[in-house]
Amino acid sequence: MEPIIQDLGFIIGTTLMYSTPLIFTSLGGVITERSGVINIGLEGMMYFGAFAGAAVAYFSQDPWLGLLCAALGGAFWGLIHAIACVSFSAEQIVSGIAINFLGAGSALFISRLLFDGATQTLTVARKIPQPLDFLFGEGKMFASSGFTDLVFNRFATVYLAFFLVFVVWFVLYKTQLGMRVRAVGENPEAANTLGINVTRIRYGAVIMSGFFAGLGGAAMSIAVVSRFSNTLISGHGFIALAAMIFGKWKPQGALVACLLFGAAKGLEIFLGSKGVPVAGDILAMLPYVLTIIILIGFVGKTTAPAAIGKIFDKGDH
Amino acid sequence: MTAIDFSHRAVEMSGITKKFGDFVANENINLTVHRGEVHALLGENGAGKTTLMNILYGLLKPSSGNIKINGKTLTISDPNIAIRNGIGMVHQHFMLVEPFSVTENIILGNESTRGFGILDAGKGEKEVKRISEQYGLTVDPKALIQDLSVGSQQRVEILKTLYRGAQILILDEPTAVLTPQEIKELVAIITNLTEAGKSIIIITHKLNEIKQMADFCTIIRRGRHIDTVDVSEVTEEDLAAKMVGREVSFRVAKEKRNPGEKILDIKELCVEDSRGIMVVNGLNLQLRKGEILGIAGIDGNGQTQLIETLTGLRKAKSGRIEVLGKDITNLPPGKIINNHKVGHIPEDRQKRGLVFEFNIAENLILETYFKPAFSEGFSLLHKNIYKNADTLIEKFDIRPRDATLQAKSLSGGNQQKMIIAREVSNEPELLIAAQPTRGLDVGAIEYVHQALVAQRNEGKGVLLVSFELDEIMNVSDRIAVIFEGKIVGILDADDADEKKIGLLMAGGTAKE
Ligand SMILES: Nc1ncnc2c1ncn2[C@@H]1O[C@H](COP(=O)(O)OP(=O)(O)OP(=O)(O)O)[C@@H](O)[C@H]1O
Ligand SMILES: [Mg+2]
Repeated sequence: MEPIIQDLGFIIGTTLMYSTPLIFTSLGGVITERSGVINIGLEGMMYFGAFAGAAVAYFSQDPWLGLLCAALGGAFWGLIHAIACVSFSAEQIVSGIAINFLGAGSALFISRLLFDGATQTLTVARKIPQPLDFLFGEGKMFASSGFTDLVFNRFATVYLAFFLVFVVWFVLYKTQLGMRVRAVGENPEAANTLGINVTRIRYGAVIMSGFFAGLGGAAMSIAVVSRFSNTLISGHGFIALAAMIFGKWKPQGALVACLLFGAAKGLEIFLGSKGVPVAGDILAMLPYVLTIIILIGFVGKTTAPAAIGKIFDKGDH
Repeated sequence: MTAIDFSHRAVEMSGITKKFGDFVANENINLTVHRGEVHALLGENGAGKTTLMNILYGLLKPSSGNIKINGKTLTISDPNIAIRNGIGMVHQHFMLVEPFSVTENIILGNESTRGFGILDAGKGEKEVKRISEQYGLTVDPKALIQDLSVGSQQRVEILKTLYRGAQILILDEPTAVLTPQEIKELVAIITNLTEAGKSIIIITHKLNEIKQMADFCTIIRRGRHIDTVDVSEVTEEDLAAKMVGREVSFRVAKEKRNPGEKILDIKELCVEDSRGIMVVNGLNLQLRKGEILGIAGIDGNGQTQLIETLTGLRKAKSGRIEVLGKDITNLPPGKIINNHKVGHIPEDRQKRGLVFEFNIAENLILETYFKPAFSEGFSLLHKNIYKNADTLIEKFDIRPRDATLQAKSLSGGNQQKMIIAREVSNEPELLIAAQPTRGLDVGAIEYVHQALVAQRNEGKGVLLVSFELDEIMNVSDRIAVIFEGKIVGILDADDADEKKIGLLMAGGTAKE
């Protein structure tokens, strides 16, 4: 096979793999911000999810149980954020920052308890499977490490992420619930006068955002790699947040943005593996630099939900 | 005015009291509305009309009192209960989701679905179409709210209530933001609705509208029920007197004066709007000291952009603006306000006139906070700031008399008084007033008009822009008519009449 084709396959494959955690998390961002609540705690929720996923997968030897627990762990922190911001009208940015510390801190704390004082888990026995291998047997469907294999034979989380982009889009734009979520994010007073329960909608959205960020963390710790370590997440939550803004608060937009960041990561790994004479640290900066450049130069005027970050005061009931 | 069914009491509110802390916004108010009746609520700004209606709609909880709907006692603790009992409300400030379509706004919270919560967009649209045709409320179901005129947005608000099967409609100052043509359309709609057996409660400050539309009128003063009258038995003067508790004069008393030197000189001014269309197009205008110059015109003929340019909020494409002989074209607003002494009462008081989250005292020094009276080095002199506020609150009768209240908790009329207090106390040489009485009660209007005339009598210049022809003719010394971005005629107030001005406003020429 042509080496160029194979290289391309490699880059696309790594792009998909590294985009996946971002996609989950930025979908979470879309959901919460569409309801009008800013959640910069996504990083901490993702961090906690990465740990919870790896720890549960390690002890139970079941990656699916790990994935589920990661999502529930993220949702727990989502609930905390909702209580602070929705019920107690806390400043949303401050609560988000606190959750970034708490999510990471609690993950490391539990990790030290469970893994002999280490700030990383042990390697899980079974990662999230690659469904095509599972269904057809390894190397049966596509020639091993060929272009098609590199591109299409991915972890289950990759397919799940793409599927969830569709689901979130469908729910937001085609269902009653989604319409109400968007209305609450644009004009909560108006929604309230029509008898929509703003508090309940916002709670649901913020908790779901934690759920998705948790999935994103696990997609990192038990699919991309096979264990949690304290530097694993390092800013992915924030990149996902940037991707959501770049994607103009739309699931499909966030998907494109995440793929772009994933591609930067894929390129970084590819160039690294080819031994190009550029320091690895410089290459590692690529996704972050790209984030900044895109945010400065290409996003232009974005239209955030109108009520974002504003406290909704129902009056004196 | 025909189909009132006196045997059927649609709404019966009795002994309603509402307190915000120590402040009593409603005190023991009674209100009865029959089926098919149009009932007007009249009261000064801050009298408690909106509060009373918010209670009926379940947005506020009364401190005490009793509500019966169609004879049944109800506790309306949230809007859902009101909606279920056939009550609909069009709010003073529209409650619309701007990026949503008309249909989406109407069905929101009450969506038709195909099961599993999946929206049935087509069905909603059809339903909206059907209702809008039934009551003559024309609006495109697919249009986005942000693209609609204020009049259309209001129709959407009315449709929202009808879609939910409202039998009792509350309209809170529906005409304040409408053009005269749109008001005519609204009157027709209201007639359609009462003929269909619906009851309507309408809040308005315009007495002629009450005479024209309403069967009964309940007057509230400072939270108290003053009287309920049969509209056919009273005059506009009676209504005004009941409302403010004294005689109100509709005509502004002013002596003839000889205008002095030129204060404002606009030469060949051209301005584009945000879409890049030239909406002020070679405009010339002069204003002298001791003169009120009114600009009459139909909304959208460049008035907004003209004022924005005069106050430095928008850049002129070409042309020149002079104040007292000095060029101020395209200077930043701060310079225009402070160095050239131009005051501005903006058209949109909530967006440009005040800071919602600031209190009254802070709003009153927005333009002067840096002056020695209010600041020293890096710190603000709070004692002086509040003393200033107390003086102005007293002098301009801003209610309630509490400088620490946030601007957003004031009634619309009192917000306006606050802006006028700030602008006038800054002693401008030229005062630009855009729609200064929009949404104000007759008492407050009288007050604002007197304030404008006082400026003029002190030898200052006043530029007044208004869509209310009455106001223009009543207050101005000279009247300039604007049409498609140009002044198409200037008349002396003494020999101007509605017909002449109306003709010019519509693009005709002033021929004798
Ligand atoms: N949430 C609140 N907290 C404190 N005071 C309030 C609140 N809402 C209204 N008020 C006060 O209650 C009084 C009545 O207000 P309301 O809005 O009912 O007046 P209104 O009659 O509708 O006046 P307008 O004609 O200007 O709209 C005002 O003095 C206002 O400042
Ligand atoms: Mg009101």
